[in-house]
Amino acid sequence: MKLWNHYHTPHSIDQAIALLNQYQGKAKVVAGGTDLIVELREGHHPIQEALIDVTQIPELTRLTTNNNEIYVGAGVTHSQIVKSAVLVARATCLVESCGVVGGPQVRNVGTLGGNVAHALPAGDGTTSLVALDAKAEIIMSGQRRVVPIAEMFRGPGQSLIDSTRDVIIGFRFVLCSDNEATAFKRIMRPQGVALPILGCAIWVRLNPAQTHFEAARVSIAPIGPTPGRAAEVEAILIGQPATDTIIEQAIETALQILKPRTSKYRATGDYRKEMIAVLLRRTLQLAVQRARTGQAVPEGIGME
Amino acid sequence: MSKLDITVNGQIHHLDIPESRTLAQVLRYDLGLTGTKIGCEEAECGICTVLINGTPVNSCIFPAFKAQGREVQTVEGLAQDDGELHPVQQNFIDHGAVQCGFCTPGLMMTATALLNENSDPDDHAIKVALKDTYCRCTGYASVIAAIKSAASEMRGEGSLPVNEPDVSEPMHAISRSVPPQHVREKVTGAAKYTDDYVFDGMLYARTLRAAYPHARILDINTEQARALPGVVAVLTHANVPGENLHGLVYRDWPVLCSDVVRYMGDGVAIVAAETEDIAAEALKLIEVEYEPLPVVGDPKFAHSHEAPILHPHHPTGNLLKHIKVRHGDIEQGFAQADYIVEREYRTPTVEHAFLEPECSIGIPPGVAGHEKLTILVGSQIPYQDRNQIALALGLPEEKVRVIGTLIGGGFGGKEDITGQIHAAMLAQATGRPVKMLYTRQESLIVHPKRHATIIRMKTGATKDGKLVAVEAELYGDGGAYASLSDKVMTRATTHATGPYVVPNAKIDCYAMYTNNPPSGAFRGFGVTQSAFAVESNMDILAEMIGIDPIEFRRLNAQKVGTTTATGQVLRESVGLLETLSHVEQDMMSADGDFHWAWRDGHKAYAWGLACAYKNTGLGGGAPDRAEAEVEAFEDGSVEVRVASADMGQGLAHVVAQCTAEELKLPYNRVRVLLCDTDLTPNGGPTTASRQTFVSGNAARVTSALLREALTRSAAEFLDVPPETLYYEEGLLRHNGKSVELGQLVGWMKGNGLSSKVRHEYHAPATQPLGTGGDMHFAFSYATQAALVEVDMETGAVKVLKIIAGTDIGRAINPLMLQGQVEGGIVMAMGNCLTESYIVENGVPWTNLFARYKMPSIKHAPEIISHLIEDRVSTGPYGAKGVGEICSINTSPAICNAIYHATGVRIFSLPVDQDALLRAIRAGQTEVYTAWHDVR
Ligand SMILES: Cc1cc2nc3c(=O)[nH]c(=O)nc-3n(C[C@H](O)[C@H](O)[C@H](O)COP(=O)(O)OP(=O)(O)OC[C@H]3O[C@@H](n4cnc5c(N)ncnc54)[C@H](O)[C@@H]3O)c2cc1C
Ligand code: FES
Ligand code: FES
Repeated sequence: MKLWNHYHTPHSIDQAIALLNQYQGKAKVVAGGTDLIVELREGHHPIQEALIDVTQIPELTRLTTNNNEIYVGAGVTHSQIVKSAVLVARATCLVESCGVVGGPQVRNVGTLGGNVAHALPAGDGTTSLVALDAKAEIIMSGQRRVVPIAEMFRGPGQSLIDSTRDVIIGFRFVLCSDNEATAFKRIMRPQGVALPILGCAIWVRLNPAQTHFEAARVSIAPIGPTPGRAAEVEAILIGQPATDTIIEQAIETALQILKPRTSKYRATGDYRKEMIAVLLRRTLQLAVQRARTGQAVPEGIGME
Repeated sequence: MSKLDITVNGQIHHLDIPESRTLAQVLRYDLGLTGTKIGCEEAECGICTVLINGTPVNSCIFPAFKAQGREVQTVEGLAQDDGELHPVQQNFIDHGAVQCGFCTPGLMMTATALLNENSDPDDHAIKVALKDTYCRCTGYASVIAAIKSAASEMRGEGSLPVNEPDVSEPMHAISRSVPPQHVREKVTGAAKYTDDYVFDGMLYARTLRAAYPHARILDINTEQARALPGVVAVLTHANVPGENLHGLVYRDWPVLCSDVVRYMGDGVAIVAAETEDIAAEALKLIEVEYEPLPVVGDPKFAHSHEAPILHPHHPTGNLLKHIKVRHGDIEQGFAQADYIVEREYRTPTVEHAFLEPECSIGIPPGVAGHEKLTILVGSQIPYQDRNQIALALGLPEEKVRVIGTLIGGGFGGKEDITGQIHAAMLAQATGRPVKMLYTRQESLIVHPKRHATIIRMKTGATKDGKLVAVEAELYGDGGAYASLSDKVMTRATTHATGPYVVPNAKIDCYAMYTNNPPSGAFRGFGVTQSAFAVESNMDILAEMIGIDPIEFRRLNAQKVGTTTATGQVLRESVGLLETLSHVEQDMMSADGDFHWAWRDGHKAYAWGLACAYKNTGLGGGAPDRAEAEVEAFEDGSVEVRVASADMGQGLAHVVAQCTAEELKLPYNRVRVLLCDTDLTPNGGPTTASRQTFVSGNAARVTSALLREALTRSAAEFLDVPPETLYYEEGLLRHNGKSVELGQLVGWMKGNGLSSKVRHEYHAPATQPLGTGGDMHFAFSYATQAALVEVDMETGAVKVLKIIAGTDIGRAINPLMLQGQVEGGIVMAMGNCLTESYIVENGVPWTNLFARYKMPSIKHAPEIISHLIEDRVSTGPYGAKGVGEICSINTSPAICNAIYHATGVRIFSLPVDQDALLRAIRAGQTEVYTAWHDVR
């Protein structure tokens, strides 16, 4: 069945915005189409007058490092992220989360920007961007803006931007340096829709002696309606010894404050609680180990 | 229309096409490259994979204009121009990785991309690359072997040896791993499935489905739809020319509903239009007024007094059929028991998920060279299709021709009528060819599934480990229409003692009408469900008695001389004990010092074991026969014709091998023509694991008759006594003299002699249930052991290894048979661990492929398969059924292993890691909920 009428492939952001304006809400941005085209076919959106393909715009396909900061264009695919040596070494969690999205065919076209714009409470790429404290560069209502990643979401499936009008250009975040590391893990079930029961991304910085947590960012999803950080859990860690005892304390805190819900054909709230403990333990331990050794070999790529 | 410039398989195309096209549409419809298949259009199945600048993508969701200026490679571009196959293609053939072939292009393209990047991939790399490219037939082991071998060949190290199973007494063509028929076409993309056919002036059809699972139809208004430009016909029940009913056993299923709809898949109106889009648009314009009625959502409620009666004409109300087995004296049996276990088991509705959605093309008489109304369809039962089409169209059967195309998987799900009658009606009404292709989402809602069951099973044994009694009550959710419920649930009932000596049995099964999608045939035919209860109870009992579960089964195993619960005395070919000992030997030798269970950190490992048996053939008194025609030609080739279906299981090569054997011909000189009601004699339904036996025998006997005719002629031609002639590689020889088969046929023609023989084979007679005697003419047997890993922190279950012993009488084609076993096992793992078709009060929740996960290559365990060949004297060369036996005991073997690993027993499938973990944490030992209960 026909799902759209026109297909445009602009080569600049200005052109893309101009096209969107021209269609006045009857066209949508498309990147890999792995969410949008499937949803169009399911009838979640009306037939689009046009699709505006943003994957040929140089600013959206760039992946560039500037000292300790990296810029990942919104149109960079999951596969490109998995293959990026700098991300593997210095933003391992992002590689681990993009590496488990779908299968190779989906990762070869699906983009990080699409993952964020789709705004699922547990989009895997998004979970890691939150732990990396990324900032999104967007064009919203014609204005170029820089928005902290956590502010990109308004509700389940609802992003700050309106993809009939706005464009996510890319993401910026600081890469891990000495004594810093990240990790991502998720729990899946073999039945039903391929969304995680729970995903967890963590960024930690140890002190130079590598004995204590100096800073930590913990992202667990889905917990609320939008992706976000578990500040109370981070607070338990910061300044404390990087030991299993403290990790267990962090878990206890997480179990007290996080109230995961039962979701139909995904998981019971009770199970999710159990998984909070398992995931936090496994992910934190891995992040600490990576921070100490300075070595990071991504785990679970393509299989979890 | 806009300009699209793309290079496809090295050829530059400048196309002028709508911008709304997907790449798959451009390839299939604009360029006629139908090797790229469409299985779901959801980016789930991966069979539509093509390479763009070398990178695999799902072409079903890839906008064509995204490929502007790029290079596309499809399966048609793999082989070289001179026809030499790519190593990936050749190795898929050699390693038996092609069954129905519908997934093959996708698997090969994904594999090719992998090999371009990684010249020596290990299992892990292959699994990562192929994780979302599904195959429902092979079980993936052969696919992995084929890719590794292709890699080795491409590295210049030569291909790897094929993992051929050991078999006994190979003959000239029998027990030889010859390549299946059409395999070359399947790997090159030339193979044609129904949707790959197009005809001039062809229309596209769609069906309006019910809006409620149960409702009265008050009014249907098609005026607006009819008025839509491009719509050629809109038909309703009022336009059904003949009887508005079809059905394989009971004729209870309306062609188009007139007064009541009974499930969401019911057809209310059909449309034929110039394009698919117009047909879809027209459906929205049909107005149907309904009065919703109370929904019968489950079989137990269906049996209650409050439930509305769904089929007022059915004499027993919602009770479609009460099936009984009575054997011995049940009370006395339990009185002898020292141990009794009684538990309730639940199995879910399961979807076949064959990768090719249903498609039918109707061609009116006088069009495209067809003299009569012709229907092209990938059907398991062409002759019954013809019968049902003719009745609905009010035509004599001779006025209808059904031509079976290649089938992209069936597994029992393509036995009932889906679009055949509708396509025929629309072709009649419009005078044009009409294609009715179901979307995956429609397929999910419409075709019959595996029965969900509730099974209460009580088993008694003495303290020295002898089974004394089985009492069982089964409820089967038959859904809205009868389909094959009667037969399937009969099999569930008669096999509910398991493959054991059980002197006293009382088994009652209630097959119920509900407002859920109908249930019908599905590989295992009801036995999959009862075996889960039987084999779980066996392990519970073994533990109560304090006896080893293997020993317990050995003590009670059926043997030659055993009387089954239906009163049949087994006279031969009972290979159960041999399957058991082979599997046991392998388990024990695995690590020297055998343990049922062990721990390593937070991982628990354990073995579990289960046995099974499954009848071959229709049985129960149904006349089981097949006709074959065999003809020799002047070019020295022979054609064998039967109207049986090859849905990928390999019937075609079995039939060809039988003919090659009888005439001692090279296999490649035998052609097979299947499934054409005008050209091939009736082979009966492809169901109940019967085709190897029945059609194989038909080919064997008919070929032998042809041999006699040829021998007589050759004797005359060579002027030698007939009994001194022998056949060798296409020659008939006598001492120094010989004649080529082709030359002989030419001589026969010249002398007015026919080189064609037609013969109907009748399988040994059987008796109906309840009359004692032989209910079936053969049984296949199996033992499987599963090694599982359970993550004790998450509850996640992984199957690491399956050891299978399968008694199939004779392995006519060992490699392809092994593929059946591997595929059956992996399909059964889905039944146990991943699959459940969820219906919420009559409304399918599983209306997307994304909501139905079948095992992918990442779930594929190591499979060690032993073929046991306990011949059955009446089978072709001793063979009996193979299609189902390998898919029955996997689930209980896995659940028994989970129990050994965790101490928790699963009573409802599919296994829910959530409930399993909570039980482990709470110290509970029994789990009665499954994935679909997480709400
Ligand atoms: C089989 C399968 C498995 C999947 N598994 C996973 C999984 O495991 N984890 C997971 O997180 N996701 C999964 N997904 C979802 C999906 O692949 C990802 O979310 C992917 O990152 C989406 O990116 P895309 O480029 O394909 O987005 P698209 O489908 O192109 O777009 C998605 C939405 O974002 C908008 N959009 C895209 N790019 C921009 C932009 N630059 N600016 C503004 N709006 C934009 C579109 O308008 C649309 O509304 C899966 C999908 C499939 C089909
Ligand atoms: S993924 Fe394209 S048809 Fe299934
Ligand atoms: S051979 Fe793979 S789906 Fe049939």
